[in-house]
Amino acid sequence: MTARIFAYIIHKAGVVDDTAAELLAAAKKIDPTASPTAIVVGPGADVDAVCKSVSASFPEVWKVASDSLAYPNAELVRQALVKALPQGCIVLVPHNHFGIDLGPGLSIKLNATFVSDVVGIDGVDGTNLKVVRQEFGGAVSAHVRCNIASGAVVNVRPGAFKPIEAAPITGVVVDKQVGPLTARRRYLTTIMPEAGDVDITKEPVLVSVGRGIGEKDNIPIAEELAEALGAVVSCSRPVVDAKWLPKSRQVGSSGQTVKPKVYMACGISGSFQHLAGLKGNPFIVAINKNPKAPIFQVADVGIVTDMLEFMPELANKVREAKKVTA
Amino acid sequence: MRKFFREDEVEILVCARRVPDTSENEIQLNGAGNDIERDDLVYSINEPDNYAVEEALQIVAKSGGNVTVATVGTDDDEEILRREMAMGANQGVLLSDDAFSGSDGKGIATVLKGFVQKNKFDLVLTGVQAEDGGAQVGGMLAAMLDSPFASLVNSIEVLDGNKLKVSREIEGGNREISEIDLPCVLSIQTGINEPRYVGMRGIRQVASLEIPTYGASDLGVDPKSVGEAAANVKRDDYFVPVLGKGAEILQGTNEEVADKLIELLKAKGGLQ
Repeated sequence: MTARIFAYIIHKAGVVDDTAAELLAAAKKIDPTASPTAIVVGPGADVDAVCKSVSASFPEVWKVASDSLAYPNAELVRQALVKALPQGCIVLVPHNHFGIDLGPGLSIKLNATFVSDVVGIDGVDGTNLKVVRQEFGGAVSAHVRCNIASGAVVNVRPGAFKPIEAAPITGVVVDKQVGPLTARRRYLTTIMPEAGDVDITKEPVLVSVGRGIGEKDNIPIAEELAEALGAVVSCSRPVVDAKWLPKSRQVGSSGQTVKPKVYMACGISGSFQHLAGLKGNPFIVAINKNPKAPIFQVADVGIVTDMLEFMPELANKVREAKKVTA
Repeated sequence: MRKFFREDEVEILVCARRVPDTSENEIQLNGAGNDIERDDLVYSINEPDNYAVEEALQIVAKSGGNVTVATVGTDDDEEILRREMAMGANQGVLLSDDAFSGSDGKGIATVLKGFVQKNKFDLVLTGVQAEDGGAQVGGMLAAMLDSPFASLVNSIEVLDGNKLKVSREIEGGNREISEIDLPCVLSIQTGINEPRYVGMRGIRQVASLEIPTYGASDLGVDPKSVGEAAANVKRDDYFVPVLGKGAEILQGTNEEVADKLIELLKAKGGLQ
Protein backbone atom coordinates (compact mmCIF):
# COMPACT_ATOMS: atom_id res chain seq x y z
CA MET A 1 0.00 0.00 0.00
CA THR A 2 1.50 3.29 -1.07
CA ALA A 3 0.78 6.78 0.15
CA ARG A 4 -2.46 8.51 -0.73
CA ILE A 5 -2.39 9.76 -4.33
CA PHE A 6 -3.87 13.08 -5.46
CA ALA A 7 -4.38 14.28 -9.03
CA TYR A 8 -4.36 18.04 -9.66
CA ILE A 9 -7.20 18.78 -12.07
CA ILE A 10 -6.62 21.45 -14.71
CA HIS A 11 -9.80 23.11 -15.93
CA LYS A 12 -10.89 26.14 -17.85
CA ALA A 13 -14.32 27.80 -17.82
CA GLY A 14 -15.81 24.80 -16.02
CA VAL A 15 -14.42 22.27 -18.53
CA VAL A 16 -12.04 19.53 -17.36
CA ASP A 17 -8.72 19.23 -19.20
CA ASP A 18 -7.75 15.95 -20.93
CA THR A 19 -4.88 15.55 -18.45
CA ALA A 20 -7.35 14.63 -15.65
CA ALA A 21 -7.95 11.16 -17.14
CA GLU A 22 -4.23 10.81 -17.90
CA LEU A 23 -3.31 11.46 -14.26
CA LEU A 24 -5.85 8.84 -13.17
CA ALA A 25 -4.10 6.34 -15.48
CA ALA A 26 -0.71 7.41 -14.09
CA ALA A 27 -1.97 6.92 -10.50
CA LYS A 28 -2.97 3.34 -11.37
CA LYS A 29 0.56 2.75 -12.70
CA ILE A 30 1.95 3.76 -9.32
CA ASP A 31 -0.45 1.42 -7.54
CA PRO A 32 -3.14 -0.55 -9.39
CA THR A 33 -5.13 -0.80 -6.14
CA ALA A 34 -4.93 2.95 -5.46
CA SER A 35 -8.07 4.96 -4.97
CA PRO A 36 -6.80 8.32 -6.22
CA THR A 37 -8.34 11.59 -5.11
CA ALA A 38 -8.93 14.46 -7.53
CA ILE A 39 -8.19 17.92 -6.21
CA VAL A 40 -10.07 20.75 -7.88
CA VAL A 41 -8.98 24.31 -7.14
CA GLY A 42 -10.69 27.37 -8.54
CA PRO A 43 -13.40 30.00 -8.18
CA GLY A 44 -16.80 28.99 -6.85
CA ALA A 45 -18.59 29.38 -10.16
CA ASP A 46 -16.38 26.86 -12.00
CA VAL A 47 -15.46 24.25 -9.44
CA ASP A 48 -18.89 22.70 -8.92
CA ALA A 49 -19.23 21.74 -12.59
CA VAL A 50 -15.65 20.47 -12.65
CA CYS A 51 -16.09 18.43 -9.46
CA LYS A 52 -19.23 16.86 -10.87
CA SER A 53 -17.44 15.77 -14.08
CA VAL A 54 -14.37 14.34 -12.38
CA SER A 55 -16.47 12.51 -9.76
CA ALA A 56 -17.56 10.24 -12.62
CA SER A 57 -14.05 8.79 -12.71
CA PHE A 58 -12.45 9.59 -9.31
CA PRO A 59 -13.94 7.95 -6.17
CA GLU A 60 -13.22 11.08 -4.14
CA VAL A 61 -12.94 14.71 -5.19
CA TRP A 62 -11.61 17.49 -2.98
CA LYS A 63 -13.13 20.84 -3.78
CA VAL A 64 -11.09 23.92 -2.90
CA ALA A 65 -13.22 26.91 -3.86
CA SER A 66 -11.90 30.43 -3.53
CA ASP A 67 -12.73 33.49 -5.58
CA SER A 68 -9.13 34.60 -5.29
CA LEU A 69 -8.39 31.62 -7.58
CA ALA A 70 -10.37 33.04 -10.50
CA TYR A 71 -7.16 32.86 -12.49
CA PRO A 72 -4.93 29.82 -11.78
CA ASN A 73 -1.96 31.64 -10.29
CA ALA A 74 0.54 28.98 -9.18
CA GLU A 75 1.57 30.95 -6.09
CA LEU A 76 -2.03 31.03 -4.77
CA VAL A 77 -2.73 27.44 -5.81
CA ARG A 78 0.40 26.34 -3.96
CA GLN A 79 -0.76 28.02 -0.76
CA ALA A 80 -4.16 26.35 -1.10
CA LEU A 81 -2.62 22.91 -1.68
CA VAL A 82 -0.15 23.22 1.18
CA LYS A 83 -3.06 23.99 3.50
CA ALA A 84 -5.29 21.21 2.15
CA LEU A 85 -2.99 18.25 1.44
CA PRO A 86 -1.95 15.70 4.08
CA GLN A 87 1.72 14.98 4.92
CA GLY A 88 3.47 12.33 2.86
CA CYS A 89 1.01 12.16 -0.04
CA ILE A 90 1.85 11.80 -3.73
CA VAL A 91 0.56 14.67 -5.89
CA LEU A 92 0.34 14.25 -9.65
CA VAL A 93 0.45 17.49 -11.66
CA PRO A 94 0.40 17.90 -15.47
CA HIS A 95 3.82 19.10 -16.69
CA ASN A 96 2.57 22.02 -18.75
CA HIS A 97 3.19 25.77 -18.31
CA PHE A 98 1.13 25.67 -15.11
CA GLY A 99 2.74 22.51 -13.68
CA ILE A 100 6.23 23.91 -14.34
CA ASP A 101 5.19 26.98 -12.33
CA LEU A 102 3.62 24.96 -9.49
CA GLY A 103 5.44 21.63 -9.02
CA PRO A 104 8.99 22.48 -7.89
CA GLY A 105 7.96 25.05 -5.26
CA LEU A 106 5.08 22.88 -4.04
CA SER A 107 7.52 20.01 -3.38
CA ILE A 108 9.69 22.26 -1.20
CA LYS A 109 6.73 23.52 0.82
CA LEU A 110 5.42 19.95 1.30
CA ASN A 111 8.95 18.71 2.08
CA ALA A 112 8.36 16.12 -0.63
CA THR A 113 10.48 14.77 -3.47
CA PHE A 114 9.98 16.37 -6.89
CA VAL A 115 10.33 14.64 -10.22
CA SER A 116 9.40 16.37 -13.43
CA ASP A 117 8.17 15.52 -16.91
CA VAL A 118 7.52 11.84 -16.20
CA VAL A 119 6.63 9.81 -19.31
CA GLY A 120 6.44 6.33 -17.77
CA ILE A 121 5.88 4.73 -14.36
CA ASP A 122 7.22 1.28 -13.45
CA GLY A 123 5.58 1.01 -10.01
CA VAL A 124 6.92 1.25 -6.48
CA ASP A 125 9.82 -0.67 -4.95
CA GLY A 126 9.98 -0.12 -1.18
CA THR A 127 10.11 3.64 -0.71
CA ASN A 128 11.18 4.22 -4.32
CA LEU A 129 8.87 5.24 -7.12
CA LYS A 130 10.37 4.07 -10.41
CA VAL A 131 9.75 6.40 -13.33
CA VAL A 132 10.94 7.04 -16.87
CA ARG A 133 12.01 10.48 -18.08
CA GLN A 134 13.41 11.70 -21.38
CA GLU A 135 16.50 13.83 -21.72
CA PHE A 136 18.23 15.71 -24.52
CA GLY A 137 15.01 16.37 -26.43
CA GLY A 138 14.00 12.72 -26.37
CA ALA A 139 17.29 11.41 -27.80
CA VAL A 140 17.65 9.19 -24.73
CA SER A 141 15.40 8.05 -21.89
CA ALA A 142 16.37 7.45 -18.28
CA HIS A 143 15.18 5.14 -15.52
CA VAL A 144 14.86 7.30 -12.41
CA ARG A 145 14.23 6.32 -8.77
CA CYS A 146 12.46 8.78 -6.46
CA ASN A 147 12.34 8.37 -2.72
CA ILE A 148 8.70 8.89 -1.78
CA ALA A 149 9.10 8.16 1.95
CA SER A 150 8.02 11.73 2.77
CA GLY A 151 5.74 12.16 -0.22
CA ALA A 152 6.27 13.35 -3.76
CA VAL A 153 5.17 15.86 -6.35
CA VAL A 154 5.23 14.09 -9.71
CA ASN A 155 4.89 16.26 -12.81
CA VAL A 156 3.45 14.07 -15.57
CA ARG A 157 3.94 14.83 -19.27
CA PRO A 158 0.60 15.55 -20.96
CA GLY A 159 -0.23 12.87 -23.53
CA ALA A 160 2.18 10.29 -22.09
CA PHE A 161 -0.43 8.19 -20.25
CA LYS A 162 -3.38 6.67 -22.06
CA PRO A 163 -6.68 7.15 -20.21
CA ILE A 164 -8.25 3.94 -18.89
CA GLU A 165 -11.69 3.09 -20.29
CA ALA A 166 -14.05 2.49 -17.38
CA ALA A 167 -17.75 2.74 -16.59
CA PRO A 168 -18.71 6.01 -14.85
CA ILE A 169 -18.80 5.96 -11.04
CA THR A 170 -20.31 8.34 -8.53
CA GLY A 171 -17.47 9.75 -6.45
CA VAL A 172 -17.98 11.84 -3.34
CA VAL A 173 -17.16 15.54 -3.38
CA VAL A 174 -15.55 16.82 -0.18
CA ASP A 175 -15.42 20.54 0.57
CA LYS A 176 -12.03 21.82 1.80
CA GLN A 177 -11.61 25.29 3.27
CA VAL A 178 -8.22 26.94 2.93
CA GLY A 179 -8.87 30.45 4.21
CA PRO A 180 -7.43 33.64 2.72
CA LEU A 181 -4.63 33.46 0.13
CA THR A 182 -2.21 36.25 -0.71
CA ALA A 183 -0.08 36.68 -3.82
CA ARG A 184 3.09 38.61 -4.50
CA ARG A 185 2.61 37.84 -8.17
CA ARG A 186 -0.63 39.26 -9.56
CA TYR A 187 -2.17 38.21 -12.86
CA LEU A 188 -2.98 41.15 -15.13
CA THR A 189 -4.01 39.87 -18.56
CA THR A 190 -3.39 37.40 -21.36
CA ILE A 191 -2.10 38.60 -24.72
CA MET A 192 -2.90 36.57 -27.83
CA PRO A 193 -0.16 36.19 -30.46
CA GLU A 194 -0.10 38.62 -33.36
CA ALA A 195 -1.63 37.17 -36.49
CA GLY A 196 0.98 36.35 -39.08
CA ASP A 197 1.00 36.85 -42.84
CA VAL A 198 -0.08 33.23 -43.31
CA ASP A 199 -2.20 30.96 -41.12
CA ILE A 200 -0.24 27.71 -40.86
CA THR A 201 -3.15 26.06 -39.01
CA LYS A 202 -5.19 26.00 -42.22
CA GLU A 203 -2.52 24.75 -44.65
CA PRO A 204 -2.73 21.18 -46.02
CA VAL A 205 1.01 20.94 -46.71
CA LEU A 206 3.76 22.37 -44.49
CA VAL A 207 7.48 22.50 -45.15
CA SER A 208 8.69 22.86 -41.58
CA VAL A 209 12.27 23.79 -40.72
CA GLY A 210 14.23 23.37 -37.51
CA ARG A 211 17.67 24.15 -36.19
CA GLY A 212 19.13 22.20 -39.13
CA ILE A 213 18.35 25.12 -41.48
CA GLY A 214 21.54 26.56 -39.99
CA GLU A 215 21.10 30.26 -40.62
CA LYS A 216 18.59 32.87 -41.68
CA ASP A 217 20.06 33.11 -45.17
CA ASN A 218 18.97 29.51 -45.81
CA ILE A 219 15.26 30.18 -45.21
CA PRO A 220 14.71 30.94 -48.95
CA ILE A 221 15.79 27.34 -49.71
CA ALA A 222 12.79 26.12 -47.72
CA GLU A 223 10.55 28.80 -49.23
CA GLU A 224 11.51 27.69 -52.71
CA LEU A 225 10.53 24.09 -51.93
CA ALA A 226 7.28 25.24 -50.32
CA GLU A 227 6.45 27.34 -53.36
CA ALA A 228 7.06 24.41 -55.70
CA LEU A 229 4.78 22.22 -53.58
CA GLY A 230 2.11 24.89 -53.13
CA ALA A 231 2.86 24.74 -49.41
CA VAL A 232 3.98 27.25 -46.79
CA VAL A 233 6.97 27.26 -44.45
CA SER A 234 6.49 26.59 -40.76
CA CYS A 235 9.17 25.91 -38.15
CA SER A 236 10.18 24.65 -34.74
CA ARG A 237 11.10 26.72 -31.72
CA PRO A 238 14.85 27.32 -32.25
CA VAL A 239 14.10 29.06 -35.58
CA VAL A 240 11.76 31.53 -33.83
CA ASP A 241 14.18 32.00 -30.91
CA ALA A 242 16.85 32.95 -33.44
CA LYS A 243 14.36 35.40 -35.05
CA TRP A 244 14.71 33.71 -38.45
CA LEU A 245 10.92 33.34 -38.77
CA PRO A 246 8.04 34.99 -36.88
CA LYS A 247 6.31 33.33 -33.92
CA SER A 248 3.16 32.82 -36.02
CA ARG A 249 5.06 30.18 -38.02
CA GLN A 250 5.96 28.06 -34.98
CA VAL A 251 4.46 24.58 -34.59
CA GLY A 252 4.36 23.20 -31.04
CA SER A 253 2.84 23.45 -27.59
CA SER A 254 4.04 27.03 -27.22
CA GLY A 255 3.20 27.87 -30.84
CA GLN A 256 0.43 26.79 -33.22
CA THR A 257 -1.42 23.50 -33.39
CA VAL A 258 -1.52 22.42 -37.05
CA LYS A 259 -3.39 19.61 -38.81
CA PRO A 260 -1.94 19.31 -42.33
CA LYS A 261 -2.26 16.30 -44.64
CA VAL A 262 1.49 16.28 -45.24
CA TYR A 263 4.16 17.55 -42.85
CA MET A 264 7.75 17.76 -44.04
CA ALA A 265 10.00 18.07 -40.99
CA CYS A 266 13.34 19.35 -42.25
CA GLY A 267 16.20 19.50 -39.75
CA ILE A 268 13.75 19.12 -36.86
CA SER A 269 14.85 16.73 -34.11
CA GLY A 270 11.26 16.07 -32.95
CA SER A 271 10.95 17.13 -29.31
CA PHE A 272 7.61 16.32 -27.69
CA GLN A 273 6.85 20.04 -27.36
CA HIS A 274 7.08 20.28 -31.15
CA LEU A 275 5.10 17.10 -31.84
CA ALA A 276 2.39 18.25 -29.42
CA GLY A 277 1.48 20.88 -32.03
CA LEU A 278 0.98 18.29 -34.77
CA LYS A 279 -2.57 16.87 -34.89
CA GLY A 280 -4.79 14.95 -37.29
CA ASN A 281 -2.32 12.15 -38.07
CA PRO A 282 -0.54 13.76 -41.04
CA PHE A 283 1.83 11.93 -43.39
CA ILE A 284 5.18 12.92 -41.87
CA VAL A 285 8.34 13.11 -43.95
CA ALA A 286 11.47 13.59 -41.84
CA ILE A 287 14.63 14.94 -43.42
CA ASN A 288 17.56 14.99 -41.04
CA LYS A 289 21.25 14.23 -41.26
CA ASN A 290 21.23 12.60 -37.82
CA PRO A 291 19.85 9.04 -38.28
CA LYS A 292 19.18 8.88 -34.52
CA ALA A 293 16.96 11.99 -34.42
CA PRO A 294 13.75 11.20 -32.48
CA ILE A 295 11.68 12.53 -35.39
CA PHE A 296 12.40 9.28 -37.28
CA GLN A 297 10.46 7.35 -34.63
CA VAL A 298 7.25 9.16 -35.44
CA ALA A 299 7.70 9.91 -39.15
CA ASP A 300 6.17 7.77 -41.90
CA VAL A 301 9.08 8.29 -44.24
CA GLY A 302 12.63 9.30 -43.38
CA ILE A 303 15.48 10.66 -45.44
CA VAL A 304 18.92 10.77 -43.87
CA THR A 305 20.69 13.52 -45.76
CA ASP A 306 21.77 17.16 -45.69
CA MET A 307 18.49 19.06 -46.01
CA LEU A 308 20.22 22.06 -47.58
CA GLU A 309 21.29 19.92 -50.54
CA PHE A 310 18.15 17.83 -50.68
CA MET A 311 15.52 20.58 -50.62
CA PRO A 312 16.64 22.30 -53.88
CA GLU A 313 16.88 18.88 -55.57
CA LEU A 314 13.34 18.04 -54.46
CA ALA A 315 12.05 21.46 -55.52
CA ASN A 316 13.42 20.90 -59.05
CA LYS A 317 11.86 17.45 -59.25
CA VAL A 318 8.52 18.77 -58.03
CA ARG A 319 8.50 21.50 -60.68
CA GLU A 320 9.32 18.90 -63.38
CA ALA A 321 6.60 16.57 -62.12
CA LYS A 322 4.06 19.38 -62.23
CA LYS A 323 5.06 20.29 -65.80
CA VAL A 324 4.48 16.69 -66.91
CA THR A 325 1.03 16.53 -65.35
CA ALA A 326 0.05 20.05 -66.46
CA MET B 1 32.11 37.96 0.15
CA ARG B 2 32.70 40.93 -2.11
CA LYS B 3 29.64 43.01 -2.74
CA PHE B 4 28.90 45.64 -5.34
CA PHE B 5 25.46 46.53 -4.12
CA ARG B 6 24.35 50.14 -4.15
CA GLU B 7 20.88 51.49 -3.44
CA ASP B 8 18.61 52.16 -6.46
CA GLU B 9 20.48 49.70 -8.65
CA VAL B 10 19.41 46.19 -9.54
CA GLU B 11 21.62 43.45 -8.22
CA ILE B 12 21.04 40.34 -10.34
CA LEU B 13 22.20 36.77 -9.90
CA VAL B 14 22.01 34.40 -12.85
CA CYS B 15 22.33 30.68 -12.06
CA ALA B 16 23.89 28.90 -15.01
CA ARG B 17 25.01 25.42 -15.94
CA ARG B 18 27.46 23.81 -18.32
CA VAL B 19 25.79 21.05 -20.34
CA PRO B 20 26.53 18.88 -23.39
CA ASP B 21 25.77 21.05 -26.41
CA THR B 22 23.16 19.15 -28.43
CA SER B 23 23.68 21.35 -31.48
CA GLU B 24 27.31 20.16 -31.55
CA ASN B 25 26.85 16.54 -30.46
CA GLU B 26 24.62 13.63 -31.30
CA ILE B 27 23.56 12.35 -27.90
CA GLN B 28 23.68 8.56 -27.92
CA LEU B 29 24.11 5.61 -25.61
CA ASN B 30 27.58 4.35 -24.74
CA GLY B 31 28.73 0.80 -25.49
CA ALA B 32 27.56 -0.52 -22.13
CA GLY B 33 24.14 1.00 -22.75
CA ASN B 34 23.88 2.57 -19.30
CA ASP B 35 25.01 6.15 -19.89
CA ILE B 36 25.30 8.58 -22.76
CA GLU B 37 28.56 8.51 -24.71
CA ARG B 38 30.58 11.19 -22.95
CA ASP B 39 33.86 10.90 -24.87
CA ASP B 40 34.44 13.89 -27.14
CA LEU B 41 31.27 15.68 -25.99
CA VAL B 42 31.35 19.41 -26.61
CA TYR B 43 30.03 21.36 -23.64
CA SER B 44 28.63 24.86 -23.55
CA ILE B 45 26.44 27.03 -21.38
CA ASN B 46 22.85 25.77 -21.15
CA GLU B 47 21.03 27.76 -23.83
CA PRO B 48 18.23 29.32 -21.71
CA ASP B 49 20.86 30.33 -19.11
CA ASN B 50 22.64 32.34 -21.78
CA TYR B 51 19.38 34.15 -22.58
CA ALA B 52 19.02 34.81 -18.83
CA VAL B 53 22.47 36.45 -18.70
CA GLU B 54 21.64 38.60 -21.73
CA GLU B 55 18.37 39.66 -20.10
CA ALA B 56 20.20 40.55 -16.88
CA LEU B 57 22.73 42.62 -18.84
CA GLN B 58 19.93 44.49 -20.62
CA ILE B 59 18.19 45.24 -17.31
CA VAL B 60 21.32 46.69 -15.68
CA ALA B 61 22.12 48.63 -18.86
CA LYS B 62 18.83 50.49 -18.27
CA SER B 63 18.51 50.51 -14.49
CA GLY B 64 22.10 50.30 -13.33
CA GLY B 65 23.42 47.51 -11.18
CA ASN B 66 25.47 44.37 -11.43
CA VAL B 67 25.20 40.90 -12.86
CA THR B 68 26.74 37.93 -11.05
CA VAL B 69 26.76 34.52 -12.73
CA ALA B 70 27.06 31.48 -10.45
CA THR B 71 27.35 27.81 -11.23
CA VAL B 72 27.42 24.74 -9.01
CA GLY B 73 30.12 22.47 -10.34
CA THR B 74 33.83 21.86 -10.69
CA ASP B 75 36.83 23.65 -12.20
CA ASP B 76 35.71 22.42 -15.64
CA ASP B 77 32.64 24.65 -15.33
CA GLU B 78 34.70 27.84 -15.03
CA GLU B 79 34.72 28.13 -18.81
CA ILE B 80 31.04 29.07 -18.94
CA LEU B 81 31.54 31.68 -16.21
CA ARG B 82 34.32 33.28 -18.25
CA ARG B 83 32.18 33.17 -21.36
CA GLU B 84 29.37 35.03 -19.57
CA MET B 85 31.88 37.51 -18.10
CA ALA B 86 33.09 38.14 -21.65
CA MET B 87 29.44 38.92 -22.49
CA GLY B 88 29.49 41.55 -19.78
CA ALA B 89 28.66 39.90 -16.47
CA ASN B 90 30.51 41.69 -13.65
CA GLN B 91 31.44 38.58 -11.76
CA GLY B 92 31.52 34.79 -12.09
CA VAL B 93 31.31 32.61 -9.00
CA LEU B 94 32.00 28.89 -8.73
CA LEU B 95 30.13 27.02 -6.01
CA SER B 96 32.20 23.90 -5.61
CA ASP B 97 32.68 21.26 -2.94
CA ASP B 98 33.10 17.48 -2.94
CA ALA B 99 29.96 17.43 -0.81
CA PHE B 100 27.92 18.87 -3.73
CA SER B 101 28.76 16.00 -6.08
CA GLY B 102 25.78 13.89 -7.14
CA SER B 103 23.21 16.47 -5.96
CA ASP B 104 19.69 16.24 -7.35
CA GLY B 105 17.73 19.37 -8.27
CA LYS B 106 16.90 20.07 -4.64
CA GLY B 107 20.56 19.73 -3.69
CA ILE B 108 21.58 22.27 -6.35
CA ALA B 109 18.84 24.64 -5.19
CA THR B 110 20.08 24.23 -1.59
CA VAL B 111 23.62 25.28 -2.58
CA LEU B 112 22.30 28.28 -4.53
CA LYS B 113 20.11 29.26 -1.59
CA GLY B 114 23.23 29.35 0.57
CA PHE B 115 24.90 31.73 -1.87
CA VAL B 116 21.84 33.98 -2.23
CA GLN B 117 21.48 34.28 1.55
CA LYS B 118 25.10 35.35 1.94
CA ASN B 119 24.44 38.21 -0.47
CA LYS B 120 21.66 40.59 -1.38
CA PHE B 121 20.10 40.08 -4.78
CA ASP B 122 17.02 41.90 -6.04
CA LEU B 123 16.48 39.43 -8.82
CA VAL B 124 17.58 35.85 -9.39
CA LEU B 125 17.33 34.39 -12.90
CA THR B 126 17.73 30.82 -14.07
CA GLY B 127 17.24 29.23 -17.47
CA VAL B 128 13.87 27.51 -17.71
CA GLN B 129 15.40 24.07 -18.15
CA ALA B 130 18.53 22.14 -19.04
CA GLU B 131 18.37 19.39 -21.66
CA ASP B 132 19.18 16.83 -18.99
CA GLY B 133 17.28 18.66 -16.27
CA GLY B 134 13.79 19.01 -14.91
CA ALA B 135 12.80 22.70 -15.11
CA GLN B 136 12.95 22.65 -11.33
CA VAL B 137 15.84 24.52 -9.69
CA GLY B 138 14.39 28.04 -10.05
CA GLY B 139 11.01 27.11 -8.58
CA MET B 140 12.65 25.21 -5.72
CA LEU B 141 15.07 28.03 -4.95
CA ALA B 142 12.23 30.57 -4.87
CA ALA B 143 10.24 28.40 -2.44
CA MET B 144 13.30 27.90 -0.22
CA LEU B 145 13.89 31.68 -0.14
CA ASP B 146 10.15 32.29 0.17
CA SER B 147 10.39 34.64 -2.80
CA PRO B 148 7.75 34.96 -5.51
CA PHE B 149 8.47 33.00 -8.69
CA ALA B 150 7.48 32.93 -12.35
CA SER B 151 8.57 30.31 -14.87
CA LEU B 152 8.83 30.42 -18.68
CA VAL B 153 9.37 34.18 -18.63
CA ASN B 154 9.66 35.73 -22.10
CA SER B 155 9.72 39.43 -21.26
CA ILE B 156 10.66 41.58 -18.27
CA GLU B 157 9.91 45.23 -17.65
CA VAL B 158 11.16 47.01 -14.53
CA LEU B 159 8.16 48.97 -13.20
CA ASP B 160 9.84 50.61 -10.22
CA GLY B 161 12.28 49.63 -7.53
CA ASN B 162 9.81 47.18 -6.01
CA LYS B 163 8.23 45.26 -8.82
CA LEU B 164 8.48 43.92 -12.36
CA LYS B 165 5.99 43.29 -15.12
CA VAL B 166 6.68 39.87 -16.60
CA SER B 167 5.23 37.84 -19.42
CA ARG B 168 5.09 34.04 -19.29
CA GLU B 169 4.88 31.78 -22.30
CA ILE B 170 1.66 29.75 -22.01
CA GLU B 171 -0.16 27.54 -24.53
CA GLY B 172 -0.84 28.45 -28.15
CA GLY B 173 1.68 31.29 -28.28
CA ASN B 174 -0.31 33.26 -25.68
CA ARG B 175 1.47 35.43 -23.14
CA GLU B 176 0.36 35.64 -19.52
CA ILE B 177 1.15 39.07 -18.08
CA SER B 178 1.68 39.50 -14.34
CA GLU B 179 3.15 41.92 -11.87
CA ILE B 180 5.66 40.41 -9.46
CA ASP B 181 7.21 41.85 -6.30
CA LEU B 182 10.98 42.07 -5.83
CA PRO B 183 13.03 40.27 -4.73
CA CYS B 184 11.90 37.38 -6.90
CA VAL B 185 13.14 34.40 -8.90
CA LEU B 186 12.35 34.03 -12.60
CA SER B 187 13.08 31.17 -14.97
CA ILE B 188 13.87 32.48 -18.43
CA GLN B 189 12.63 30.99 -21.70
CA THR B 190 14.70 31.01 -24.88
CA GLY B 191 13.80 33.70 -27.42
CA ILE B 192 13.30 36.43 -24.78
CA ASN B 193 16.11 38.43 -26.42
CA GLU B 194 19.00 38.03 -28.86
CA PRO B 195 22.08 37.09 -26.82
CA ARG B 196 25.12 39.05 -27.90
CA TYR B 197 27.97 37.34 -29.69
CA VAL B 198 31.07 36.44 -27.73
CA GLY B 199 34.30 36.19 -29.69
CA MET B 200 37.58 34.57 -28.73
CA ARG B 201 39.02 38.01 -28.14
CA GLY B 202 36.41 38.77 -25.51
CA ILE B 203 37.08 35.49 -23.75
CA ARG B 204 40.83 36.13 -23.76
CA GLN B 205 40.25 39.47 -22.07
CA VAL B 206 38.67 37.80 -19.06
CA ALA B 207 40.96 34.76 -19.06
CA SER B 208 43.05 35.92 -16.14
CA LEU B 209 40.28 37.37 -13.95
CA GLU B 210 39.90 35.62 -10.64
CA ILE B 211 36.85 33.44 -10.18
CA PRO B 212 36.01 33.13 -6.49
CA THR B 213 35.13 29.63 -5.34
CA TYR B 214 32.91 28.92 -2.36
CA GLY B 215 32.37 25.58 -0.66
CA ALA B 216 29.79 24.23 1.76
CA SER B 217 31.23 25.92 4.86
CA ASP B 218 31.57 29.33 3.09
CA LEU B 219 27.92 29.11 2.11
CA GLY B 220 26.60 27.78 5.41
CA VAL B 221 25.34 24.66 3.63
CA ASP B 222 25.06 21.50 5.71
CA PRO B 223 27.02 18.89 3.67
CA LYS B 224 24.45 16.27 4.66
CA SER B 225 21.66 18.26 2.97
CA VAL B 226 23.28 18.06 -0.48
CA GLY B 227 25.19 15.61 -2.66
CA GLU B 228 24.47 12.06 -3.62
CA ALA B 229 23.56 10.81 -0.13
CA ALA B 230 20.84 13.48 0.22
CA ALA B 231 19.50 13.03 -3.30
CA ASN B 232 15.94 11.73 -3.38
CA VAL B 233 15.93 11.53 -7.16
CA LYS B 234 18.52 9.26 -8.76
CA ARG B 235 19.05 8.25 -12.36
CA ASP B 236 19.80 4.52 -12.62
CA ASP B 237 20.65 4.38 -16.32
CA TYR B 238 19.96 5.72 -19.77
CA PHE B 239 18.28 3.70 -22.50
CA VAL B 240 16.68 4.17 -25.89
CA PRO B 241 13.08 2.98 -25.97
CA VAL B 242 11.69 1.23 -29.02
CA LEU B 243 8.73 3.34 -30.09
CA GLY B 244 6.38 2.18 -32.83
CA LYS B 245 7.66 0.95 -36.15
CA GLY B 246 9.66 4.05 -36.99
CA ALA B 247 9.98 5.70 -40.37
CA GLU B 248 10.60 3.86 -43.62
CA ILE B 249 14.00 5.20 -44.57
CA LEU B 250 14.30 6.02 -48.28
CA GLN B 251 17.71 4.92 -49.59
CA GLY B 252 19.65 6.19 -52.56
CA THR B 253 21.16 9.37 -53.93
CA ASN B 254 19.34 12.63 -53.31
CA GLU B 255 17.98 12.43 -56.84
CA GLU B 256 16.69 8.86 -56.43
CA VAL B 257 15.19 9.65 -53.05
CA ALA B 258 13.49 12.78 -54.43
CA ASP B 259 11.84 10.66 -57.15
CA LYS B 260 10.56 8.14 -54.60
CA LEU B 261 9.34 10.92 -52.33
CA ILE B 262 7.42 12.62 -55.14
CA GLU B 263 5.47 9.42 -55.80
CA LEU B 264 4.62 9.19 -52.09
CA LEU B 265 3.64 12.84 -51.93
CA LYS B 266 1.31 12.43 -54.90
CA ALA B 267 -0.40 9.53 -53.12
CA LYS B 268 -0.75 11.47 -49.86
CA GLY B 269 -2.05 14.72 -51.31
CA GLY B 270 1.17 16.63 -50.82
CA LEU B 271 1.46 17.43 -54.48
CA GLN B 272 -1.59 18.76 -56.23
